[in-house]
Amino acid sequence: MTQFLQALINGVAIAAVYALIALGFVIIYKSMQVLSFAQPGLLLIGAWWVVFATAPPEEGMPTLFWIVMMAAVTGAIGALFLLSREVVKAAVAKSLFVFMALVAAIDVIWVAWVREGDVGGLGWPFWAGVIFALVIAALTGIAIERGFLRPMVGKPVFAVAIMTIGIDVVLRILAIDLLGINIRSVNDPWGIEVLKVGDLVFQHRQIAQVVTAIIVVILLLAFFKYSRFGLAMRATAFDQEVALTQGVSVSTVFAMSWAIAAVLATIAGVFLGSGFGLSPSAGVTALKALPVVVVGGMDSISGAIFGALLIAVAEQLTVTYQPTYAPWLGQGFAQVVPYLIMFIVLLIRPYGLFGTKEVERV
Amino acid sequence: MLALKNVEVVYSDVILVLRGISLTVPDGKIVALLGANGAGKTTVLRAISGLLDIHNGEITKGEITLDGRRIDHMAASKIVRLGVSQALEGRRILAELTVEENLRLGGHTSSKRSRDNLDRVYTLFPDLKDRPKFIAGYLSGGQQQMLAIGRALMSSPRYLLLDEPSLGLAPLLVQQIRDIIVEINSQGTGVMLVEQNAAMALSIAEHGFIMEVGKVVMDKPAAELLEDDDVREFYLGLQGEDAASFAEVKHYRRKKRWLS
Ligand SMILES: Nc1ncnc2c1ncn2[C@@H]1O[C@H](COP(=O)(O)OP(=O)(O)O)[C@@H](O)[C@H]1O
Ligand SMILES: [Mg+2]
Repeated sequence: MTQFLQALINGVAIAAVYALIALGFVIIYKSMQVLSFAQPGLLLIGAWWVVFATAPPEEGMPTLFWIVMMAAVTGAIGALFLLSREVVKAAVAKSLFVFMALVAAIDVIWVAWVREGDVGGLGWPFWAGVIFALVIAALTGIAIERGFLRPMVGKPVFAVAIMTIGIDVVLRILAIDLLGINIRSVNDPWGIEVLKVGDLVFQHRQIAQVVTAIIVVILLLAFFKYSRFGLAMRATAFDQEVALTQGVSVSTVFAMSWAIAAVLATIAGVFLGSGFGLSPSAGVTALKALPVVVVGGMDSISGAIFGALLIAVAEQLTVTYQPTYAPWLGQGFAQVVPYLIMFIVLLIRPYGLFGTKEVERV
Repeated sequence: MLALKNVEVVYSDVILVLRGISLTVPDGKIVALLGANGAGKTTVLRAISGLLDIHNGEITKGEITLDGRRIDHMAASKIVRLGVSQALEGRRILAELTVEENLRLGGHTSSKRSRDNLDRVYTLFPDLKDRPKFIAGYLSGGQQQMLAIGRALMSSPRYLLLDEPSLGLAPLLVQQIRDIIVEINSQGTGVMLVEQNAAMALSIAEHGFIMEVGKVVMDKPAAELLEDDDVREFYLGLQGEDAASFAEVKHYRRKKRWLS
């Protein structure tokens, strides 16, 4: 029984992280019918900014060059957005894309020579670092939407999805280089401390991530229900032309949904990096948002939460019981479970458990 | 004054739908735009409101001006801010949202005055006032049309574009909508009324334009159109049976597309 409850606790805790990532996916999908595979990349980069901001100055960061470069690129595109909404023409966007591709290419060569340590962390307190990272994440989200997705307007959904995979690859390469080979701490206040209730173990960070996820979901729902832009986002999801006739700037809605998704991914990244530190493998964990949204339904917020709980708990139960009861399935079978569930759900309900039927044509 | 001059619209780069349309909506007047199904009336409204993009359409010639200022190629949201609001054909209320949320969306561009605008809409449509929390999809057809018009009024527009507001409504409701349009107009809003129901439209309009396959073929005061033999035969005589039933079978699917 204890074992079961413990698996449940761990499951719910990791579900909170999955749900945060999946919500970003759903928000993007709902507002612009784009499948975003860039969530893991956003998560890593977002969390890396926390690492950078909170690391002590004597801890070497990879290279000054990259930090300046990234800040410059995100800042420039973000500023471009803020200054000139309609002026960002496809030409600018395309050259930006070429630029980022070049950055990625040079980057691969660059890391072969560069050693870490030209620059240290900022040494800020954790909370300041998180706020800093969230702001940059939001700008990054806006930059990606403006720079890469805007030129794809009118292109097939499939092509746009591939584009997001490309963005993910670039972001991940950057993140992996920035993180280096070491696992890096996000300097969170939770560490690996635990709260024991009887035989059950609650890690502090697990409690923090569940509470945070609940607060974030409540804030999001309130935003959608009560705020002017939340309503505009819902209207856009429902009927884009109507939103336009009511004076909603649909392009702002798109940018906003990317900003929100990037912020959510960053929060998730901070939790994945809490305790034992952030490593590039967090991106693999983030990828599980995909089975989560497929199970829940790509256009359903409650579906994302339900899917996250289902997948995470199933995964943790497998971790707990499979080695004893089905050892022949091999080690690490739990890693496959989310995809197995996704597969089964796809066979039975292709649009997910909570999804809208017509959405499935993608 | 809202004016179109020699406007040409092409869909999907090849389908020429408007072939040099010129028409004007003077301040505070009701203007009727009539024509058979497929003449291009909705396309005219899309061109004015900046909605061609999402239909893969484009203005290839001519210009649209608001008080002399070019508004073609302006973003749809900007056009609404300048005071041109449209209630789309087929009502297009957000069915899963409440009456109040639909109206709040209408006030997106003028949130500061939304209280006053809401009062105005509720005064015009007491039916809506009684059920702000009602899910809009469960309203009756007539109420949905009122909600659609009310929503368009929430931005307190100078020009209101209405695309077939009487579509699929019972005669009594058509009367009601008609009276409301007159009332809205008397409060100072210019109205461009697109209708299949020519009798209704011409009974309240000052001026009328008749379109056929992408062209304005008649441009006269409403009173003269009502007297015109051709108009009587083709547009007024047809009313009641064929035209109404034809209009009803039109079905509009919700479009989800990218926007530039
Ligand atoms: N998105 C579109 N792509 C191609 N053709 C279109 C599109 N929308 C409308 N049309 C065509 O343009 C013509 C005029 O349509 P419309 O403006 O809706 O006319 P009306 O409102 O007078 O019925 C019709 O022949 C219609 O088939
Ligand atoms: Mg029409």
